[in-house]
Amino acid sequence: MTNKIRIATTSLGGCFGCHMSFLDIDERILALAELVEFDRSPLTDIEHCTNCDIGLIEGGVCNSENVHVLREFRKNCKILVAVGACAINGGLPAMRNFIPLEECLNEAYLYGIGVENAQIPNDPELPLLLDKVRPIHEVVKIDYFLPGCPPSADVFWKFLTDLLAGREPSLPYDLVHYD
Amino acid sequence: MSNSITIDGKPIPFSEGQTIMEAATAAGVYIPHLCHHPEYTPHGSCKLCNVKVNGRICSACTYPAMDGQDILNNTQELTDDRQKITQMLFVEGNHFCPSCEKTGNCQLQAVAYHLNMLDDHFPLFYPTRAVDASHEALMIDHNRCIFCTLCVRASQQKDHKDVFAISGRGLNKHLIVNAQSGLLKDTDISMNDQAAHICPTGAILIKHTAYQVPIGERLYDHKQIDQVSLASETLKHDK
Repeated sequence: MTNKIRIATTSLGGCFGCHMSFLDIDERILALAELVEFDRSPLTDIEHCTNCDIGLIEGGVCNSENVHVLREFRKNCKILVAVGACAINGGLPAMRNFIPLEECLNEAYLYGIGVENAQIPNDPELPLLLDKVRPIHEVVKIDYFLPGCPPSADVFWKFLTDLLAGREPSLPYDLVHYD
Repeated sequence: MSNSITIDGKPIPFSEGQTIMEAATAAGVYIPHLCHHPEYTPHGSCKLCNVKVNGRICSACTYPAMDGQDILNNTQELTDDRQKITQMLFVEGNHFCPSCEKTGNCQLQAVAYHLNMLDDHFPLFYPTRAVDASHEALMIDHNRCIFCTLCVRASQQKDHKDVFAISGRGLNKHLIVNAQSGLLKDTDISMNDQAAHICPTGAILIKHTAYQVPIGERLYDHKQIDQVSLASETLKHDK
């Protein structure tokens, strides 16, 4: 065991754009790697998180699996962070909230333009969709929020360096964007 | 000393008949607001301009300045209240900034930035609201309406047309237009009306202009709303 700060990350109902933006810290990731190690994350392929300090959650809650993953993160992370517009208010996936779920599925899998072998996927391994996409703070307690679509690399850097230095994280005006 | 109030301890002169908002703006003191506009009768509905006057909460845009008032404006308590009010405005409508063409030029967003609002705090309503794109030059996206009534006032007071009104109460409150069909195309609004340009959010939009200025180079992307607001409104109050 090392004394490094342990970070886990995941994307729920997101596009991985926030993860891509995180990687835009570029060579600063080397300095970060001196201080932290990554646990469960798409960057490591570790499947479950154990005793982490910081959990970064991208995306909103769209299906039953998202709920389980989010609860696993809350249980194992001391500090849980909502990253990006979708985690904070559902974002673009939540724009399906105004259309009944059955209509969405019908359009995507039965009657939409160019659909072949029309059938609604029903493999038991597929997580069931929620009737509405929800922001993650409605499901578990969230400690910090990083707005943006995506938050810029500098937002990640400012937030993590504040936290790692033991400061209360804060974002100056230039780093606060909802778009 | 006569005709003077203090805001956060700073003495500010006022002239008879001025509201606290008018006196503050003239003196270069920003009080956050959304439903207030210096050219229209104050409405006092958004409550962002709540200030503490001699210990009591009042709306600065409607409350008259009176000699000797001791006013608190820029305090942590009021900033927290204003942030909660702004969060309520966000969750009550559907404000998806990344897909809104008003992003960067939106006063609701800019006030939220100014208050360092990082989340919505409350559960989201996701109300089902319509878009009226019937008019050839304008559109209404009801998802983004915050019921500030600026379009209602602009249409009545400047355009002398009465195109807009607010109907219903509480959760059922909504913006309506003056046409049998309920559609904007059947009203007498025109693109040059004040009412077409006054919306602080992306609820009333001019078509075909959306991305003339790229995201990142827009009004509030690098300037805070307090600077923008004071620069544009000081002149108008003085008229």
